[in-house]
Amino acid sequence: MTDTPLLRVSNLSKYYGARLGCTDVNFELYPGEVLAVVGESGSGKTTLLNCLSTNLAPTSGRAEYRMRDDVWRNIYDLSEAERRFLMRTDWGFVHQNPADGLRMTVSAGANVGERLMAIGDRHYGNIRASAVDWLGRVEINEDRVDDQPRSFSGGMRQRLQIARNLVTSPRLVFMDEPTGGLDVSVQARLLDLLRGLVGELGLAAVIVTHDLAVARLLSHRMMVMKDGRVIESGLTDRVLDDPREPYTQLLVSSILQV
Amino acid sequence: MTPLRVQSLAKTFTMHLRDGVVLPVVDNVDFEVNEGECVVLGGPSGAGKSSILKMVYGNYGVDAGHIWLTHDGVDIDLATADPRLVLTLRRDTIAYVSQFLRTVPRVSALDVVAEPLVIRGADKAEAQDRARTLLAQLNLPERLWSLPPATFSGGEQQRVNIARGFITDHKVLLLDEPTASLDATNRAVVVAMIAEKKAAGTALLGIFHDEDVRSQVADRIVDVTAFAPRIAA
Amino acid sequence: MSATPSYNFAYLDEQTKRMIRRAILKAIAIPGYQVPFASREMPMPYGWGTGGVQVTAAIVGPDDVLKVIDQGADDTTNAVSIRAFFAKVANVKTTTHTADATIIQTRHRIPEKALSAGQTLVYQVPIPEPLRMLEPRETETRTMHALKEYGLMHVKLYEDIATHGRIATTYGYPVMVEDRYVMSPSPTPKFDNPKMHMSAALQLFGAGREMRIYAVPPFTKVVSLDFEDHPFTIQHFTEPCALCAATGVYLDEVILDDHGGHMFVCSDTDNCEDRRAHGHRGALSGEALEAAE
Repeated sequence: MTDTPLLRVSNLSKYYGARLGCTDVNFELYPGEVLAVVGESGSGKTTLLNCLSTNLAPTSGRAEYRMRDDVWRNIYDLSEAERRFLMRTDWGFVHQNPADGLRMTVSAGANVGERLMAIGDRHYGNIRASAVDWLGRVEINEDRVDDQPRSFSGGMRQRLQIARNLVTSPRLVFMDEPTGGLDVSVQARLLDLLRGLVGELGLAAVIVTHDLAVARLLSHRMMVMKDGRVIESGLTDRVLDDPREPYTQLLVSSILQV
Repeated sequence: MTPLRVQSLAKTFTMHLRDGVVLPVVDNVDFEVNEGECVVLGGPSGAGKSSILKMVYGNYGVDAGHIWLTHDGVDIDLATADPRLVLTLRRDTIAYVSQFLRTVPRVSALDVVAEPLVIRGADKAEAQDRARTLLAQLNLPERLWSLPPATFSGGEQQRVNIARGFITDHKVLLLDEPTASLDATNRAVVVAMIAEKKAAGTALLGIFHDEDVRSQVADRIVDVTAFAPRIAA
Repeated sequence: MSATPSYNFAYLDEQTKRMIRRAILKAIAIPGYQVPFASREMPMPYGWGTGGVQVTAAIVGPDDVLKVIDQGADDTTNAVSIRAFFAKVANVKTTTHTADATIIQTRHRIPEKALSAGQTLVYQVPIPEPLRMLEPRETETRTMHALKEYGLMHVKLYEDIATHGRIATTYGYPVMVEDRYVMSPSPTPKFDNPKMHMSAALQLFGAGREMRIYAVPPFTKVVSLDFEDHPFTIQHFTEPCALCAATGVYLDEVILDDHGGHMFVCSDTDNCEDRRAHGHRGALSGEALEAAE
């Protein structure tokens, strides 16, 4: 971890008309750091993620990002072209439903290669080699490179989506319930894979999840949200093992024991 | 310099799910652990020994007081350090052998043990070599090394945990009943490993219920009952 | 002036023609950019060239000479009908000779004979959006054009190579116009793509159902997309035209009988006839056959 943050979020608020989405969110995210945002449905965690990933414009507040040239930019002041460029190069977004993040009717190889072609890679052989390499890293057999994700299982689709996002070596990845909707055994494999990749690539990540086990396994730090506000934050194991707020205690005590 | 100094530490739990009842745990905890010394926290169950250990590791928050660690030649108060700094301290300065191993799916015992070295930037093969040496020393059957420890017995998991805690040269090592589910042979191995750490100048702070082990490793016993909170009448 | 006074000249009313001309001017000013226009109902079904007909109607004048081709041929139903249509509603001269025409409306081909300055080629376009099959949202494709985000276009070519070992797109092959806009050349064979590059003629594209007009002004750079290791190539035919012996032209396969007999002949009928008029003879031309007997 370096000493300069990658993302600085200050007083971020989003209102849907009079209704509160999230408010007064402040945090810094450092390279290689994984931040989990937990809370129940309607707590504002998805609103926050959508604001951070610029899918939604916040009502007020700033989110400054340190670009690859070390220049700080408020992401809400970026032009659409700059924003979209950032989204497909230095950032990634892993959707809960892989179909939202994949092109279901083009091959796995092209799904992975698309970002490379988008940034100007024009050598088929190199693009394909990168795609095969990335499929391997997410444990998808090379012989599936020309198959469409329609023929993949849920877990494979999710792994393909991850490969598609990571091929341009982004520095920041947003994940929305990345293991939601998967069988437990498939989840375990995906979590282990994500944990390895995040560590190996030094990715910074913001992971929205309602699954505290996912947060514990993947994140360094966590923020607990309720009714649009961050009510508790800190080191992941501190928050989970010594929760302070009534809601956090409820959340932690609600985990089913196996 | 003293690797670990605990000053005026206080901790209460507020149980919001039980109508906000406040459970005082400890108050005015004061002690230090010197280089090459093994300090054992003593006192009956429920006196707060484990809580102190967890506070010192940053796993529990504190209400008041300081936990001074010497990190890179500078004294840092872990009690007020931000999460990133706590993680840095854990990576480089303070290690912890918990009572139970928290297993990660699909990661082999060997990699679990080698991980603390790997995240500090050590060569993976070298780290695994070192892990093999430790696991062999702790008599963990070699056929288990490549398996994830989730299905291991309590004693096997504990030995993986011990190896993981002992693999680095952290200056401060916390031990929460590391020998609880070990047989006499392996207890002796752990006692010897603790002696090695002491000889290397590591400051150790532990909880040992086993009288025999405690008497062999402890340089000093800090009686936790002395830190019992004075319940306001 | 008009043979059928119940119609305005060239069928469309003057306001509509002005509206279409404005769209054409804008299209010429921004080569390769799809300009929306208020496409009118025409007296023919969509898919029969309503876009091309509207463009032609907007630019045709009394002195113009019109040629209409369909798949290169002047004598197919579509070509004959449209030629007759303009002869009737605009009373313009028509021709089948490429060199004599001032306006050539085309479906699926570019004439073999190089076009010259002053000529206008009007393409009938079914689907103007080259990104449509990959990205169905019009809002998104417009943004992609606006921001010159064309990675997706190469995804299609990638898929071709992954599936067929080469770029198998043979018609409607996407081009980059003046280094800015990716454009669909309408379903012309990729054989014709190089003819669009630096052409002396004005090229106009009309999509009636999709309500889009776009243009390639004379002497504009038109480059077919490709990969460094899979460069763009055009079709090559192993045998010459069976009628006029032309090589280096686009050929159609014609089935001769039920026993597998076939021949390859020029798709551009005018070019073929012209060559035969100048004495060129292919293997299956009448005289050659007679000579063989």
